[in-house]
Formats: sequence, structure tokens, C-alpha cells
Amino acid sequence: MSFISSVFAYLYYFATLVLVVGLLNKIVQYARTPAPLKIPTTPAPITRTGVTLRMLREVVFFESLFRGNKWTWLFGWIFHFGLFLVTLRHLRYILEPVPVVITMIQPFGIYGGIAMVVGLAGLWARRFLVDRVQYITARSDHLILGLIVTIGLTGLFMRFFMHTDIMQVKAFYQGLYHFEFHLLPADPVLLIHLLLVAALLIIFPYSKLLHAPGLFFSPTRNQVDNARDQRHLAPWARRLEQQP
Amino acid sequence: MAKVDFAVPELKEYPEIPALKMDAMAHSSPFKSKPEFQGPLGFPGELVENWQQQAIAKMGDLLGKYRSLRVYLDACVKCGACTDKCHYYLGTHDPKNMPVARQDLMRKVYRRYFTLAGRLFPQLVGAQDLTEDVLSDWYSYYHQCSQCRRCSVFCPYGIDTAEISMAAREIMDSIGVGQKYCNEIIAKVYRIGNNLGLPGPALIDTLEGLEEDVYDDTGVQVRYPIDKAGVDILLVTPSADFFAEPHVDGLIGYGKVFHEAGVSWTFSSYASEAANFGMFIGSYDNMRRLSQRIREAAIKLGVKRIVFGECGHAWRVAYNFLNTLAGPWDFLDPRYPVPQHICEFTHELIQQGKLNLDKSQNDDKVLTFHDSCNVARASRMGNYPGGQFDIPRAIIRATCNHFYDMDEETIRDRTFCCGGGGGLLTDDLMELRVKGALPRMEALNNVMREKGVTHMAAICAICKSQFTKVLPYYGMNMDQIVSVHQLVSNAIVLTPRDDDQDDDDDSDD
Ligand code: HEM
Ligand code: HEM
Ligand code: SF4
Ligand code: SF4
Repeated sequence: MSFISSVFAYLYYFATLVLVVGLLNKIVQYARTPAPLKIPTTPAPITRTGVTLRMLREVVFFESLFRGNKWTWLFGWIFHFGLFLVTLRHLRYILEPVPVVITMIQPFGIYGGIAMVVGLAGLWARRFLVDRVQYITARSDHLILGLIVTIGLTGLFMRFFMHTDIMQVKAFYQGLYHFEFHLLPADPVLLIHLLLVAALLIIFPYSKLLHAPGLFFSPTRNQVDNARDQRHLAPWARRLEQQP
Repeated sequence: MAKVDFAVPELKEYPEIPALKMDAMAHSSPFKSKPEFQGPLGFPGELVENWQQQAIAKMGDLLGKYRSLRVYLDACVKCGACTDKCHYYLGTHDPKNMPVARQDLMRKVYRRYFTLAGRLFPQLVGAQDLTEDVLSDWYSYYHQCSQCRRCSVFCPYGIDTAEISMAAREIMDSIGVGQKYCNEIIAKVYRIGNNLGLPGPALIDTLEGLEEDVYDDTGVQVRYPIDKAGVDILLVTPSADFFAEPHVDGLIGYGKVFHEAGVSWTFSSYASEAANFGMFIGSYDNMRRLSQRIREAAIKLGVKRIVFGECGHAWRVAYNFLNTLAGPWDFLDPRYPVPQHICEFTHELIQQGKLNLDKSQNDDKVLTFHDSCNVARASRMGNYPGGQFDIPRAIIRATCNHFYDMDEETIRDRTFCCGGGGGLLTDDLMELRVKGALPRMEALNNVMREKGVTHMAAICAICKSQFTKVLPYYGMNMDQIVSVHQLVSNAIVLTPRDDDQDDDDDSDD
């Protein structure tokens, strides 16, 4: 067992722990914090089903962003859809047996990888070219973009130029399930890829990447427009009512 | 036209997204509140000694109480979709008036004190201590947001800058930094019953005068009752409706509609204010106290229904919050929604053919309609989503022969704020108000040129006051803004009642 492989093994245990605990912690926090008033951005659906559909359109099509800015929507959607395909394609490393669907989408995953990088490049360019977006950009925004772009580029590099031993990668991750440490291919590009992915998992619950769970908890999007029909009262507001 | 010490923006045919002009509005901030206005609202009179500590503690408290604040401070990805959506940015070019930048004024403090990344690497994530400079930026720029929610329409997560402005104002109030305009007004409602400080006798006087005017005009005795117990409907309306133009013409219209409907109704001097400025300052407690007055009046007068007059944010509080703040309304007639908008009431009568409307009475006007932000994006009318856009338009079409909408990009849920909402309708913010009105003025100017529009109707007291004041800056006429129920009032053909003659006698003494 090489030193590097065991460092990566511990790193992935740590990163997974941070991701899961951090994210659960945030989700519980969001879920526990009441929304004391009805504030859906109207026109809003007047049924639960309607709200579910609204949310689905936001998650799948980025509906509001589409109305807001076509270029950002285009690049943003390409990036996320690419990311989605890549994630599906990557499931083959951590699932055994590999589900048929995952096997079937493998070829699309590669286009996903390219799309992802193209989308990110467009989003990044906006941060330099549009004065308004430049103004609101912090260093961390550049860093996150750099991080994901580098993950994508190293991945594509492996795919097209410097193949790595995928079966060995898979063995390494499968081993982690049973606390067995297997060797990773000693491929610098792969190691960079994996190092940065671990970094991504770790920062996820502590950065703006919280937009992913956040969307589902956004009161302007997830509330039903029925204030006149149903009384809506937060627990802390109910206590006010009991005071004289 | 008033004296101008700033440049009124030029109206363009096609709206432009301006380039940033740093600190263009850094000098704009409203008069600070005084101890005598702070006290009645439960806020300290002046800046408390350990203000920094207390502000952070208050922020922590609000983060635990409002999911919106919590999620919105975390979720923004700085995508920039909102940056060109705020009328104050479009009118002033100040980057801190871009919604995301306005949020960031609070977000940087949130990150510093409440997030791991901000505690460890403040520089990296743009976190900052709550310093005096930051507080002064807060006071300035959180009073350059009319809480119109236009930004939230386009944000992929629905981030609502209004929620953040409200929280910021609540935090500032809690350390003794209040805004004079809002807080003085709220104190006035507690003392007298309405924003304008009109006591009961003055209201009675005004309403008697109106009854006479309407009788002289039409020969029909229309009643404008106040504090009359045992009637069907309590009408709650913004106090501007009682005397200011063009508001009062709308109020005359409400009375005529009720007259034709044959329902009994009344105002209340105790709840003589529909506006609820508690919302502007983000104070749940004050908003609740103000709302409770309506409940108390409804119980005391023994009414069966509650109807609200034309007012934007008042309708938001009424439609979305009243059930929460002052409900349950189980003692009212369950056949009607509580509360109802006067437009819903009038529209239903029109649909039932119960109003005799003579459109030609409004033939001197070519109309357009300004969707008020709080009605458009923060509430509803009728029984389907978007009724708030259709119902007022249906009323206008039923009362006028000439109606044209403004550019689609500037109406319905994409409507632009009048520039005076959210507690900013005060003379000490005149520059902001004029500049913030720019997008609406441009759209209006375009329909005036292309369609020959002469008048713009609105259903909000703030919009009406704001336009009355701001139109002249843009070379237009202050009476181009009209109430929707003013149009109804003009067109309605009143049905004489048998008692008209008798009533005439006692109204003369
Ligand atoms: C429910 C799932 C998700 C939804 C609905 C969602 C939606 C969005 C939207 C609408 C934007 C703004 C437009 C844009 O800049 O692309 C955005 C930005 C972003 N998303 Fe997501 N996202 C999701 C999950 C993720 C995940 C899992 C990642 C992890 C890598 C991610 C990374 C990013 C990044 C880095 C940006 C900012 C891009 C920039 O800096 O311009 N998103 N997301
Ligand atoms: C446990 C985590 C991961 C492992 C073990 C892993 C491993 C790999 C390997 C071995 C390849 C080369 C595939 C080939 O040669 O055919 C690859 C490609 C790639 N990876 Fe990853 N990766 C991981 C996570 C990620 C994440 C989170 C992203 C995106 C944010 C990503 C983006 C890519 C892309 C875009 C490619 C190229 C296209 C493709 O082959 O799908 N990877 N990855
Ligand atoms: S709520 Fe309205 S005024 Fe406030 S930032 Fe958003 S768009 Fe601007
Ligand atoms: S649109 Fe929403 S996510 Fe995008 S910058 Fe504005 S507030 Fe942030």
C-alpha cells in the first residue's frame, strides 16, 4: 500500500464525512427555521401539485433565470446539464454492479464533460466582461469556477490523452466500502483530479454551492398561494398569540 | 416644478442598462427617527452603546426566525441575473443598488459572524466586520430599496432582496437607528388611527362633505358611513383616500359601487388606515399590532365582511398576512374570502351585470394601467393565479373605451415600482424617488407617444402620491395619474332610491 494511496483513502473518508454531515446539518437547519409569513412570488400556484411543478421547472429548466438573463441561462444550463451527465457516468466507479442505465449513458457522459467545461468558460467570461457581474464577484467565486474547470479538464485529459486504469480506480473506491485499502494508479493527472474533487466535496456545505439545497427551501418558490384559505402560523408567532 | 439640485434622467425610447457609477447615491439617506417616535414602537431612542454586539445578536435572532433570510444569505451564486432588474440601479447607476450588491451589504457581515468560511478566510469570501462605515452603508442603501420584489422574479432561487432590506431595517431599529418617516407614521396610527393623523371628527366632516358633493353632482344620495355598527362590510382604505387627489375620487367610487350593490357598509375611525408600515420596517410585532386594530374594529362593529380599498402594500399585508397576524376570521361570513379587494368586489358586480356603466364618461382619456408591485408580485385577486393582473384591467375596460398596455417587459409580474414604495415616500428622498421612477416613466412616455395615452390608472395610494409628485419632473402633468375607482365613479350610472329626497333634507342641516 503506497503512501499516496492511503493519504487519498483517508482524504476521501474525511471529505465524504464533511459533505454528508455538513449538508445534513444545513438541511436540518433550513427545515427547522420557520417561514412565518406567506411570501410566494406571485403569480404563484394555488395547490401543492402546482408548487411541485414550479419547483421542477426551476430545477430542470432554470425557469426564472431564463426570464432573467438568456446568456447566463444558456451557459449555466449547459454547465449543469453536463455536470449531471458526468455525475451519472461517474457512478460506475462507486456502484457495483453498474446499473444498465449508467452503462447506456456512458457515451453521453463524455459530451457532458465537454459541455460542462464550455458552460463554465462562458460563466467565467461573464465575470470579466460584464461590469456588473465583475463588481459582485468575490475571489471565492473565481476559485470555485477554477476548481470545477480544472476537475473537468483533468478528467477530459484522462479521457482523451492519458488513459488511466479505470478498473484499478474502481477497485480503490470499492475497497473503501470495506476499509480495505487498494492502490490507486500512480497517475499525476488522476491524482490532481481526485484531490480537487475531494476539495469540492469539502467546501460544498460551506460555500455558495448551498444553492442546490437552498432552492428547495426558498419560501418565494415553495409556498402555496392560499393565505386567505388557510391560516399560516409559525411556532414562534403562535407564542405571541398566547400572551395577553 | 420643484427646485432640482440633481439631474433628472433623460427618457429614452429603448431602455438602457447603464454602466456602473461608483457611490453615485452614497449621499442619499433619509432623516433619522427621534426618540419620541422610537419609543411607542418598542425601539431604543438612540444608538445603543454596544450597538455592534446587539446588532449581531439581533441578526442571529432573525436568522433563527426567518427561513427566507437564512436561505437567501447562503444561496446566492452571484450569477448576476438580478443586477439590471432594480429600478433604483437603472435610475441611479450606483452599483450598490443592484439587488445582489444590496444583499451583499448584509451578506458580508453574515459571513463574518455566522459562517465558517467567513470566520477563517474573510478576505477570500468577501466577509467584513460590522463597522460604523458598514452601518452607514446599511442605513443609506437599505433605504434605497422599495421592497418591490422585482429582483426575486428573475433570481433562479427566488432570492427576495425585500426580505433582506426588511431584516436590515429591523436590526437597525433594534439598536436605535430608525427612519423618521416610517416610525413617525406608525406611532401616529397607534395614537390616532391612521397615517395622516386624521382624527375621527375630521373624517366624519370629510365624509359628510363628500356625500353633499356627490349629491350635487348626481342628484342621488350616496352614503359614506363611518363607525356604523351592524352593517355588512367594513371598508379599510389608505387614509390618503380621505382627501388627497386623485385618491379621494377613488373613494367616491367605492361608495357608489356599494350603493349600486345595495349592501350596507362602513368605515372605521379606529381602523382608518389600510397601510401597514410595520411591513416596511420588517417588524412582525408592529405589523401585528397594526393589523389587530382591524380585527378589533370588525368585532366591535359586528360586520360580516372586510373589504380593502386601493393600496398596494396594504393589499399584500391584507391578502397574505392578515390571516396570520389577526386571524382566524371565523366570526365573519364564510361565503366570502377575508379580506376582499375592492376590485374583486366591483369586478364581480360587473360580471353579474349589476353595474350600469357609461364608458363614454371617460372618453376624454386614453388609459394605461400601472401594476403596483405589491399587488402584482406579492398577492393575488380572484380565484386563479394572475387574477391581480386581469381584474383591474377588466374594470378599466368596462369603464373606458380607450385602453392600451405599456411594454410587456414593464407590466404584470415584471412591472416596475413607481419609485416611492417601501417607506421611501418622503421628501428627504426626492432624488432617489425621481431617479427610481425612470423605468416606469420611460414606458409611460412610449405609450403616450405611440398610442396617445393620456392617463395612467393605478390601485395604490403610494403609487398615486409618488406619480403626482414625480410626473412633473419628467415634463408630464401631475393629474395624469388616476384611481381605478375614479374611472368607475365617472362611468357609473347611479340608481336613484326612494329615500333620496328625505335624505337630502337631513344632509342639509
Ligand atoms: C438542485 C441542483 C442544482 C440547481 C437547481 C442549480 C442551479 C444553479 C443555477 C440556476 C445557477 C445560476 C446560473 C449559473 O451560473 O449557472 C447555478 C450556479 C452554479 N452552480 Fe448550480 N445548481 C445545482 C447543483 C449544483 C451542484 C451539485 C454544483 C456542484 C458543483 C453546482 C455548481 C454551481 C456553480 C459553481 C455555480 C456558479 C457558476 C458561476 O460562478 O457563474 N450546482 N446553479
Ligand atoms: C469520486 C470521484 C471521482 C472519481 C473517482 C473520478 C474519476 C475519473 C476518471 C477515472 C476519469 C477518466 C475517465 C476515462 O478515462 O474514461 C474521469 C473523467 C472525468 N471526470 Fe471524474 N472523477 C470523480 C469525480 C468527478 C467530479 C465530481 C467531476 C465534476 C465536477 C468530474 C468530472 C470529470 C470529467 C468532466 C471527466 C471527463 C469526461 C468523462 O470521462 O466523463 N469527476 N473522472
Ligand atoms: S426589492 Fe425592488 S427595490 Fe429592492 S433591490 Fe429588489 S428590485 Fe430593487
Ligand atoms: S439573481 Fe439571485 S443568485 Fe443571481 S446574483 Fe442575484 S440574488 Fe444572487
